[in-house]
Amino acid sequence: MGLSSLLSARRPPYCEREGRTGEGDAVDAVVIETLEPLVAELRAGGYAVVGPVVRERVIRFEEIASADRLARGWTDVQEPGRYRLTEGAGEMIFSFAASPDSAKAYTQPPRQTLFRMRGEQIEEAEEDAPRVALLGLRACDLAAIAVQDRVFLGGRHPDPAYLRRRRALLLIAVNCAVPGGTCFCVSMHTGPRATTGFDLALTELAAPHRFVVETGSERGERIAAALPHRPASAEDLAASAEVSRNAAEHMGRHVETEGIQERLSAHDSPRWAQVGARCLTCTNCTMVCPTCFCSTVEDATSFTDGTAERIERWDSCFTLDFSEVNGTPVRGSNAGRYRQWLTHKFSTWIDQFGMSGCVGCGRCITWCPVGIDVTEELANLP
Amino acid sequence: MTGGPHPMTPAPYRVRSRRPDRADTVTLTLEPVRGDCPPFWPGQFTMLYAPGVGEIAVSISGRARSGGYTQTIRAVGAVSAALCGKRPGDVVGLRGPYGQGWSLRAAAGLDVVVVAGGLGLAPLRPVVRALLRDRPGYGRISVIAGSRAPGLLLYSRDLACWARQGADVRVTVDHPDHAWRGPVGLVTHLIDRIVFEPRRTYAFVCGPEVMMRTAAAELVRRGVAPGRVELSLERNMKCAVARCGHCQFGPLFVCEDGPVLRYDRVAPMLAVPEL
Repeated sequence: MGLSSLLSARRPPYCEREGRTGEGDAVDAVVIETLEPLVAELRAGGYAVVGPVVRERVIRFEEIASADRLARGWTDVQEPGRYRLTEGAGEMIFSFAASPDSAKAYTQPPRQTLFRMRGEQIEEAEEDAPRVALLGLRACDLAAIAVQDRVFLGGRHPDPAYLRRRRALLLIAVNCAVPGGTCFCVSMHTGPRATTGFDLALTELAAPHRFVVETGSERGERIAAALPHRPASAEDLAASAEVSRNAAEHMGRHVETEGIQERLSAHDSPRWAQVGARCLTCTNCTMVCPTCFCSTVEDATSFTDGTAERIERWDSCFTLDFSEVNGTPVRGSNAGRYRQWLTHKFSTWIDQFGMSGCVGCGRCITWCPVGIDVTEELANLP
Repeated sequence: MTGGPHPMTPAPYRVRSRRPDRADTVTLTLEPVRGDCPPFWPGQFTMLYAPGVGEIAVSISGRARSGGYTQTIRAVGAVSAALCGKRPGDVVGLRGPYGQGWSLRAAAGLDVVVVAGGLGLAPLRPVVRALLRDRPGYGRISVIAGSRAPGLLLYSRDLACWARQGADVRVTVDHPDHAWRGPVGLVTHLIDRIVFEPRRTYAFVCGPEVMMRTAAAELVRRGVAPGRVELSLERNMKCAVARCGHCQFGPLFVCEDGPVLRYDRVAPMLAVPEL
């Protein structure tokens, strides 16, 4: 069916396809009681484990030394321009949706040195790519990584630094149980269930508290085999599937993707001026977006030895100088910049990369300070 | 698949010579510190890096006898001013060449009209030289160059040389001085004065965007097929390898899909403000 072809199109281009034996996912799935042994096993294997913790009443992704640090018992409320954490999820760990952090900070660091030049010598920075296990990625986050793989590896000029970082990442997904009010992964065909692009995928189940573990790579299989586990029973698998079925029925938002490129060709719609009047061009949406890849460069020269250094950092199409040519921005108005972002994300991205730039995580809606809702803007186009 | 160098890392190039063209414009000849200059196609550009200051896209205006690239730079910002200030022996960074150039092959056997405004003559210079090197391969060759003032005209020796080699070369200025005897006004007006057979004509146009739009529209009005008119677009190119996002123009990355693009493809987009 169409869904599976979309999902396979999002598979990272170099991901190992082999490594799965038996009849299918069900045969490989195991059940673990707690995450302590997993975190310990990963750390013993040389991985920094990065997972969701509560910081200033926001779920953030940080390095953890043990599973105790994970954000247990919290759930979130996400609406346009609104994010609140509340207690009440009991022993459950992953009862919240996307956080402002995604894997992007690990695939494309916010700042990275490109090269240094001294005299006539130019040296590539070749920054380290430490082994990092990202624990708690959602299906939308995995889809976003596949989008970034396409952008940084699938073109005419593949990025060797990206590939080094990417190979050093271990991806541990969690199947969403409680989608947020701004989620629409079902519309974008990216979730809620993680079906590809992970090393391990967990489904958290209650009564008794346990995790069904699926493996998606040989690395993942080796790690799962090292954990205290039992084979997943038919009931475990049914409960796991039910989590995703239930999540799919509770999407906070919807986008009609049929004909979306035609609708976004309405460059002269009065909607652009209306949303432009609300937009603060603060860049929040692009900073939290897990696929926004735009960057700019900074130059610095050492006072001591004259070494010139070039740094690449995240940029946003909402800044005025983003499109500047000879001192004049091509897109001088808020409306023009908003139109560029939305049109790129949902339409011209498909022309450029053969896939949508949106994975339906809803971060741009939640973290917009004035609550601009992309799903509403898309629905209101002619 | 990606064992090679990072696409954002330049190679060191030495300034072999520096020729001031106008008060604010110089032409540098650049040679690699190690190895040879990669081949380039007319219309392509490089990313030139002024150490510690920044990097800009500059079109290649030719290959020097010594083998290096000649690149004409106008000092309009910090980076271009720093590059204009480089002297023979100085070392800069260079990446490229990048981008899609002019479709010389598509023009074979046809009349060719080259329209340049200001610095737009720089990326067209290798085209004219290639056309004239293979003079029998084309019909009539016309070069229309516009400049703000007579003293600001680029490559005046080349223009005279091209006329001797059989091109119909016309020059117009916006602001004439007392000595100026030539035409005054827009390059578009000169399109009416040159001889070409519109149905058998290919056109290469480079200059300020407004000039390119009017020139292309005029050529099409005269009967040239929109698919036989090429423009070299200018957008904010920071990476040149379709990863920084700055030069996007609708679905296009101007750095990789352009800078030379066919008018039939871009005309609808050029009509959209702020695209």
